[in-house]
Amino acid sequence: MINKEFGRRGFLKKLGMAGAVISGASLAGCSSDNKSKNNWTVEGTGGKPTGEMTYRTNPNTGDKVSLLGYGCMRWPMKKDENGKDIVDQEKVNELVDYAIEHGVNFFDTAPVYLQGQSETAMGIALKRHPREKFFIATKMSNPRMPDFKQSVEMYKNSLKNLQVDYIDYYLLHSIGGGKGIETFKERFIDNGLLDFLLKEREAGRIRNLGWSFHGDVKTFDYVLAMDVKWDFAMIQLNYVDWRHASRNNHAEYLYNELAKRNIPVNIMEPLLGGRLAKMSDHLVARLKQRRPEASVASWAFRFAGHHPGVLTVLSGMTYKEHLIDNLKTFSPHEPLTDEELEFLEETAQIYKQYPIVDCNDCKYCMPCPYGIDIPGILLHYNKCVNEGNVAKSSQDPNYAKARRAYLVSYDRTVEKLRQADHCTSCGQCNEHCPQRINIPREIERIDKFIEQLKQETL
Amino acid sequence: MAGVFFALITLLFLDFTGTIHTWFGWMAKIQFLPAVLALNVIVVIALVLLTLLMGRIYCSVICPLGALQDIFGWFGKKAKKNRYTYSKPLSVLRYVMLGVLVIALVAGFTSVAALIAPYSAFGRIASNLFAPVYLWGNNLLAAVAERADSYAFYHVDVWLKGGITFVVALVTLIALFVLAFKNGRTYCNTICPVGTVLGFLSRYSILKPMIDTSKCNGCGLCAKNCKASCIDPKNHAIDYSRCVVCLDCIDKCRKGAIKYVPRKKVAQEAAPSGATADKGRRAFITSTAIFAGASVAQAQKVKMDGGFATIEDKKIPKRETPITPPGSLSAKNLAQHCTACQLCISACPNQVLRPSGDLMNFMQPETSYERGYCRPECTKCSEVCPTGAIKPITKEEKTAIQIGHAVWIADNCIVNRDGQKCGNCERHCPTGAIQMVPKDVNDPKSLKIPVVNTERCIGCGACENLCPSRPFSAIYVEGHEVHREI
Repeated sequence: MINKEFGRRGFLKKLGMAGAVISGASLAGCSSDNKSKNNWTVEGTGGKPTGEMTYRTNPNTGDKVSLLGYGCMRWPMKKDENGKDIVDQEKVNELVDYAIEHGVNFFDTAPVYLQGQSETAMGIALKRHPREKFFIATKMSNPRMPDFKQSVEMYKNSLKNLQVDYIDYYLLHSIGGGKGIETFKERFIDNGLLDFLLKEREAGRIRNLGWSFHGDVKTFDYVLAMDVKWDFAMIQLNYVDWRHASRNNHAEYLYNELAKRNIPVNIMEPLLGGRLAKMSDHLVARLKQRRPEASVASWAFRFAGHHPGVLTVLSGMTYKEHLIDNLKTFSPHEPLTDEELEFLEETAQIYKQYPIVDCNDCKYCMPCPYGIDIPGILLHYNKCVNEGNVAKSSQDPNYAKARRAYLVSYDRTVEKLRQADHCTSCGQCNEHCPQRINIPREIERIDKFIEQLKQETL
Repeated sequence: MAGVFFALITLLFLDFTGTIHTWFGWMAKIQFLPAVLALNVIVVIALVLLTLLMGRIYCSVICPLGALQDIFGWFGKKAKKNRYTYSKPLSVLRYVMLGVLVIALVAGFTSVAALIAPYSAFGRIASNLFAPVYLWGNNLLAAVAERADSYAFYHVDVWLKGGITFVVALVTLIALFVLAFKNGRTYCNTICPVGTVLGFLSRYSILKPMIDTSKCNGCGLCAKNCKASCIDPKNHAIDYSRCVVCLDCIDKCRKGAIKYVPRKKVAQEAAPSGATADKGRRAFITSTAIFAGASVAQAQKVKMDGGFATIEDKKIPKRETPITPPGSLSAKNLAQHCTACQLCISACPNQVLRPSGDLMNFMQPETSYERGYCRPECTKCSEVCPTGAIKPITKEEKTAIQIGHAVWIADNCIVNRDGQKCGNCERHCPTGAIQMVPKDVNDPKSLKIPVVNTERCIGCGACENLCPSRPFSAIYVEGHEVHREI
């Protein structure tokens, strides 16, 4: 199917080169040591965060919340003895300890994250710290089972799993999903669940009651207009979504509506699931040129924390390197200049020109009943777009290389039986997608593209 | 020379990318029995002439099974020097075997012929026993390449395509090893029907190793090193019907009494010309195999985000008529011409072909779509077939060759079973033979079910393979005994 000879030589060459580079580097290292030492900066900029964390104050409770919050949807995983993915608790503890040590005090989880393992892992990790040292946020994730009894059980399980007596920030998870207002009423009003939660707030077991929003903006307006005191809200905000969100859910509008009402705002998806960190070479160069020593991601975080009504910016930091980089960005947080804001707006406009799928890898669509690896297929496509491996036609100068790269990495990333060609287009996933991606349509588009690559009819 | 032939023919069975085949595919086509079955007159005549000129050099150089036995024999010689002895020809057995082959071929039991034919036996060994090792080696490299972010190697599936065929290959290999280790070319001179046929001819070959009785001191060293056991040192006679012209005897003779010369003329100065025997120095690179443990995630009971639903393996549906690959013209044509060498099966990149377990078509290729389907851009099997059992076709021709037709099973379809929208069969049909129509004639908005236009269907199995219904697909292909052009 694919010409194997292609690239093999390159691969072997690369191996050889790597060896040569290593030996070369060590030689260079020797000779440079003998030069005058005085002119060298010994300490790199890649080291530890040094400054003080920026805190924001919750006007309702006076909580001093770190501007960088820990999102708990993307913990490092490992395989257990049965090959099942489980949270790597040891690494979680390490990351949590490091984060708290450097001033992070906000942790945001949900009962459905990581197939239910996130809350338990947080409970274990945070139990090792004094309760007053951190704020914990979790959610009522009942869109798939809006039954009152089941929902209350979910709430009680959260307290139990997190090993706490009270929850600092409790959210109605992902309002605006499903059928919008109808689904919202079904989940919280008709079954009396909201009344129950308000009572829990009175009783002090919920210190702040709010919601997270995705999707239908009518629901957003509806919930804001309700006769309920919302202590905070969580929205998706980043420099692309500020004015270029899909389906016109512009973060600028959402943020301003909340700020008007003095409702503190928590930020989710400041990086769009990593899409604003893993960008095409062109955009990376553009951002790096401005600040060669700052990471690509730091721009997105500075933007998210820029608005004064923001209480905390959540980041799902899987690796310590992410954590360290973000700590640097927020210790202290440096607001953007008007010129920089303009620069990011232009960057967003360029970004929107790439055929990237809006997937943030939240996995709410999963599991697909027919076994398709939806985020796997979409993210692989995005990766190939960014790497320039999505050929437009067989006349492209790098067509052969791009084709091989796409097909080989596709089989490596997504199991054969979970690939796009097995999608039934039944559309059961669509209602779960907070980004409102028309998943079957995107999968079909990618499948057609792959089919064209395989048949060489592009 | 023999080494080169052997290595390249083996690679034909191992290489899954088709690169080797582009250059050396002809090596399979000059094998004797495939050429006979392909009615390839030119090759058959050339091989006959070669044998009449130089003796059974075919058995030493061209035949991969011969070279394989020489490798085993080489181990044998390592264990004990001068191990062979002269033996009388077992002519009866040889003719019986040849008779069996001829009768089997004429009567259409090609599968029986395939059991004893040398090239077929080698093909089975290479594709069942050597290929997995090679592929695992490739997968190991692919794993390394993946870490290095290189696309030089990619992963391929290794699976047991036919249990019985695997056992047959294994038994053949062990039997050959024992025979060749102990006695050299026993198989070639007792069982191999090709050897017998060529043996008829080689008696009359022009060039022969001849013993110069004036120089011979009767030490018998030549006989002790003759893997064909055909030198009778007492009578200074060589049984040319069994001699495979390896010329080890010439090397061994300390008196220079044996020469490879034109018969009748006992030339004085003629040095051994032509094929100096390859000593069988063939290094096998055995790669460590890693078993890629396919981990299938468990389905979950509670509605949580993430994770994978379990995917059941597909099962083979009961087909009234087996499907044969495009280019094979008909089930009969395939059965008559196929030597069951497994070359097409090793070449199939879509995991469609596997050896049949059916007695009538024993070990001949059979088509099924649980692991993949006969993809429109692929004509591999037709390119590699040396016997004309699968005739060469182009991609364009393939789009119009009907090897079967799709049949819908209403009860299995997820539209009926799960009440879900689908249409994956329709989306992937390369000929547009499937349409989706509302299930309820009176309700145009009802869920749509697939209907097959059998006139346009070519039986490629895309629908069957990609059908979400598991383990049995809701649409499957029935084979056609005779292929049609549409």
